[in-house]
Amino acid sequence: MLIVQQVLNGLMLGGIYVAVAVAFTLTIGILNFLNFTIPTLFMLAGMIGWSVSFYGLPFGMSEPLGWIPSLAIGILCAIVASLIVERFTYRYFKAKHGDATEHAIPLVSSLGFLLIFEYMILIAHGSDPRGFHTPFGDLNWRVAGLVISIPQVVGLIVSLAIVAGLSVLLARSKLGRALRATAEKPDTAVLMGVEVNRIVPIVFIMTGLLCGLAGALFAVNYGEVSPFMGEQVGTKAIAGMVLGGLGSVWGAVAGGLIVGLTETFSIYFFGATSAQVTIWGLLLVILLIRPKGLFGHNAIGKGKF
Amino acid sequence: MSGYLSGVIAILGINVIFAYGIFVTAAAGQLNLGGAGFQAIGAYGAAILSLEFGLGIWAAIAAATVIGGLIGFLIAFPILRTRGVYMVLATFAFAQVVVGIVLNSNYLGGSMGLIMSDYIETGAIIWATLGVILFVFYLMSTPMGLAMRAVHDDEPVADLMGVNNRAVQVAAFALGGAITGLSGALYAYYFGFVEVQYFNALLSIFVLLYVLIGGTQTAWGPLVGAGFFTLIPEALRMGEDWRFLIFGVLIVAMMILRPEGIVTRDAVDRIRARLSPRARDA
Repeated sequence: MLIVQQVLNGLMLGGIYVAVAVAFTLTIGILNFLNFTIPTLFMLAGMIGWSVSFYGLPFGMSEPLGWIPSLAIGILCAIVASLIVERFTYRYFKAKHGDATEHAIPLVSSLGFLLIFEYMILIAHGSDPRGFHTPFGDLNWRVAGLVISIPQVVGLIVSLAIVAGLSVLLARSKLGRALRATAEKPDTAVLMGVEVNRIVPIVFIMTGLLCGLAGALFAVNYGEVSPFMGEQVGTKAIAGMVLGGLGSVWGAVAGGLIVGLTETFSIYFFGATSAQVTIWGLLLVILLIRPKGLFGHNAIGKGKF
Repeated sequence: MSGYLSGVIAILGINVIFAYGIFVTAAAGQLNLGGAGFQAIGAYGAAILSLEFGLGIWAAIAAATVIGGLIGFLIAFPILRTRGVYMVLATFAFAQVVVGIVLNSNYLGGSMGLIMSDYIETGAIIWATLGVILFVFYLMSTPMGLAMRAVHDDEPVADLMGVNNRAVQVAAFALGGAITGLSGALYAYYFGFVEVQYFNALLSIFVLLYVLIGGTQTAWGPLVGAGFFTLIPEALRMGEDWRFLIFGVLIVAMMILRPEGIVTRDAVDRIRARLSPRARDA
């Protein structure tokens, strides 16, 4: 039973990684851009959500808000931050150099934004973890000796539903076709009448939405947010994305869940600090055997830096 | 020399050596986002060799450098199987594993760290830094340096021209590992202790930023990049958090103004031409 319980915990944790890993894989698959601000977008949603629920809106505009509007504002902030990143990294270099062939450039800029967002939050709220209270913090469902946290199940379902919706959108809709065309060859897509300049911000909005949602789910499920949650959780989502293979949405889902399971089992068998070795060690081994991840597309993410 | 000034110079020296370690691989076209891992290997290597095996200061530093190079050589083979983003993340994963192993090992002090029994002064770091700078400038002027530049600029063409790409890349990883290991050993001896929390993911990111923002085309890049980003925050004299915020803003601004890095090959050629009229005709 303990093992089954660990599997459940791993899948719940993996649900959070899935949303962030899908955000990573989208920007890499469609724009060929490793967006390192993603972990901080995840953190922004959680921390801003907490701050609105604790202090209210800035400049005394309101009393502390309830947890739902607070998290909604947090998610909104993540989306806005993501659009700011788009404006100064991807769009700028596209406009100036015609093509973002020097992939290291937007990557470096995104690392700059990572520092900006992270330290803005640290300056505003300090480095302590903060409790985030929701009415169903420990609402559990006990079946056959297993403890299932209901918010976590809801979180996992929401996370998977969004990913499923996203993959339907990519496969069936007009927007999806335009996105896939952009992914394949941006210049040809422009010639074929795809308005690439209007498509790209949509990718960043999706990124902000996915990360914001993951941050909100994390806050609700674990009842705690901190300025370092991006580093702690977001980087593991990178591991999940690479495991699954860059550019593959379902690969990111599989990778995120595998990382969640690896982490809970590693902590269960080898103690709290062992997860770092097992997760990244697993990633190194997988890359050794399959240098493009489990479900990776051959052409994606191999461009020269 | 005041204590404050010598402290800043020592940190600058360690950062410059660290940046050159990452530069050597970047100059051959490989981004290494695992700098903290290699530096941790050097620092813990020096610490264990001196504490457990009783090696003297310089013997331990030399041995830590060799260990760093050896691990760089060995890890190059699996990592070079991957490309592009996968390679960046494979090096990142390597650093995470190294730090994770240290964190879980009682022998290596775990999260408590290790306390050194010997110390070095700023002077030693200055000499080591000058040595590394001269070595990398010399390296970049040799045929090996030319081969690295060729691989950096265009792999298929370098291959066609008879450069053994794989050998160059493996050598670059080994050299980079050795230089980074040296910076770690100096760090351990200067600060008198090693703690695993220092070698975090942000450190790997910072050092790669020093190199990319300084510029990977010439050997001036890491010197300028590490110097700029070590000294500017000191000059600004603000709270720790504000420094990093400004660092972030500078990075974004720098990428908009000089996306190829502060120092580019063109810029160096132009300055040379201005300094000596003869070079202009050549």
